[in-house]
Amino acid sequence: MKPDIVLLASGLTKQFGGFTAVGGVDLQVRRGSIHALIGPNGAGKTTCFNLLTKFLIPTSGTILFNGKDITRDNASEIARKGLVRSFQISAVFPKLTVQNNVRIALQRKGGDSFDFWRSSSVLRKLDGQVEQLLEAVGLSSFRHILAGELSYGRKRALEIATTLALDPEMMLLDEPMAGMGREDVERIASLIRRVSAGRTILMVEHNLSVVSSLCDRITVLARGKVLAEGDYATVSGNPLVVEAYIGTGGSHGH
Amino acid sequence: MADGHSLALDETGMTVPAENSGTKRLHVMIMIAIALALLAAPFFVYPVFIMKCLCFALFALAFNLLLGYGGLLSFGHAAYFGMASYVSAYGAASWKLPPELAILSGVAVATLLGAAFGALAIRRQGIYFAMITLALAQMVYFFSLQTPEFTGGEDGIQGFSRGFLLGIIDLASDRNLYWVVAAIFMASLLGVYRIVHSPFGEVCKAIRDNEPRAISLGYSVNRYKLTIFVLSAALAGLAGAVKAIVFQLATLTDVHWSMSGEAVLMTLVGGVGTIFGPIVGSFVIVAMQNYLAGLGGWVTVVQGAIFVVCVLTFRDGIIGALAKLIRKPL
Ligand SMILES: Nc1ncnc2c1ncn2[C@@H]1O[C@H](COP(=O)(O)OP(=O)(O)OP(=O)(O)O)[C@@H](O)[C@H]1O
Ligand SMILES: [Mg+2]
Repeated sequence: MKPDIVLLASGLTKQFGGFTAVGGVDLQVRRGSIHALIGPNGAGKTTCFNLLTKFLIPTSGTILFNGKDITRDNASEIARKGLVRSFQISAVFPKLTVQNNVRIALQRKGGDSFDFWRSSSVLRKLDGQVEQLLEAVGLSSFRHILAGELSYGRKRALEIATTLALDPEMMLLDEPMAGMGREDVERIASLIRRVSAGRTILMVEHNLSVVSSLCDRITVLARGKVLAEGDYATVSGNPLVVEAYIGTGGSHGH
Repeated sequence: MADGHSLALDETGMTVPAENSGTKRLHVMIMIAIALALLAAPFFVYPVFIMKCLCFALFALAFNLLLGYGGLLSFGHAAYFGMASYVSAYGAASWKLPPELAILSGVAVATLLGAAFGALAIRRQGIYFAMITLALAQMVYFFSLQTPEFTGGEDGIQGFSRGFLLGIIDLASDRNLYWVVAAIFMASLLGVYRIVHSPFGEVCKAIRDNEPRAISLGYSVNRYKLTIFVLSAALAGLAGAVKAIVFQLATLTDVHWSMSGEAVLMTLVGGVGTIFGPIVGSFVIVAMQNYLAGLGGWVTVVQGAIFVVCVLTFRDGIIGALAKLIRKPL
């Protein structure tokens, strides 16, 4: 039996020089939930993601994934264990086609990614899966476009398709809807709800209406510390949270 | 999907670069054209001149494999080119190795050197990577300077015979040698094309485009970087080894940092990250050096000027600019 808490961080701390970006954060993410990490700009949300996925080395603290200590693992190992992240700034492979962006994610499990003597036509066997994923995010008709030429919203959609291609046990999405129009926000929200079946999602999101409708549990971060935690009603009723948001001029995106 | 179409509907004016069978067909046609040109060339042009161009084209192909498809800028490719040149010249001169073995041993040494230097360099990014490759190549240069019993010092290794390929084909004939060099070049070009269009090549291009994203998808990027580094060093070694046999000469020029600069120059003039750019670039540069030889030291100045003009006017290089024009990768 896998533990009910899929991701458990305790005392997570990151200092940049003398500045504490994340200070002693405890985070428990329940298996199968959609968990939001919110907070004003500069609260340390992205830094938390970087620590959890080992893009940054924690100053102190431990991280357990499925009950196993992953604090010492490197970033690519963590991805292979099923904890896959997206980035706040859109992260596509700009000079690859939309189709090949997704294929890159699928190709690793095939085990032929070091084969430099074979034609990439061996990857055609993945075309069906690529097509399905592109369809799920509405990018089918863009499959031959270079990803760098997509509009911002579509790049974000492509990233989600690429992340989904790994079929990760847990997805960490850093502001997946930032910069999207209303219609696209709804598409992506419904996509996230759909793909959350059978996996856990931890997401940073500034759009509180999305958070309230999508997320089971919310952790509020401010100045690198956990300010409040609970469901939307609990958190939004917390005077500390209201103050943190108003005090720093609120958040972008709504 | 019920809502699977909304993103796709509103932007119909987008141009679609057809990266498909059309591109493939174009590439096949270009390859055939190159092969035909190689067959015809010795009847019109002095074979030694074309062989010189082809050796440098191989060298530039190697450099571009690393920069254009691995996103790694090496300032030290002279180390692999020059070391292979010395080893194959030494093998042919002192051990009387047949040319094929002399070339192979040069490539082998370049490959090993590439593995060692690559392992050190890929730990750093960007300009630090470039500086480490340069520093390591300088070490090779000083090693060559300090071991005249192996390198022949200022004179280099020279005056050995080209020998008989596989014991039968007399390479003393320029024409015979030309066919061998042309075959090696064509095979290498096809090899590079295959690497770039392989599952491995796809991953390298992804790492080049966005390394953190490739890591987040679970790729151990350093292993891919090292592999492409070694492949590139091996090919640079092949270029140097063949050059040594063609000119029956290996000198300090081959390991000098300016040789690394030549690879950079040829690749940039032709077009970084294009298959055919480095070939065009090296023919342009070698031809220029040949025709302007009368200018003496001024050749370098003219070369520098061309480089500046190239970077300022068409940054994508000759073939890169052409590819943009026809909207197909070349
Ligand atoms: N590499 C770094 N070096 C120094 N300081 C950093 C670094 N990365 C982040 N910080 C600082 O840490 C703090 C938290 O940044 P972080 O990006 O985690 O915030 P965030 O909650 O994601 O904000 P946003 O909502 O704007 O994305 C900020 O004050 C930031 O300036
Ligand atoms: Mg952030």
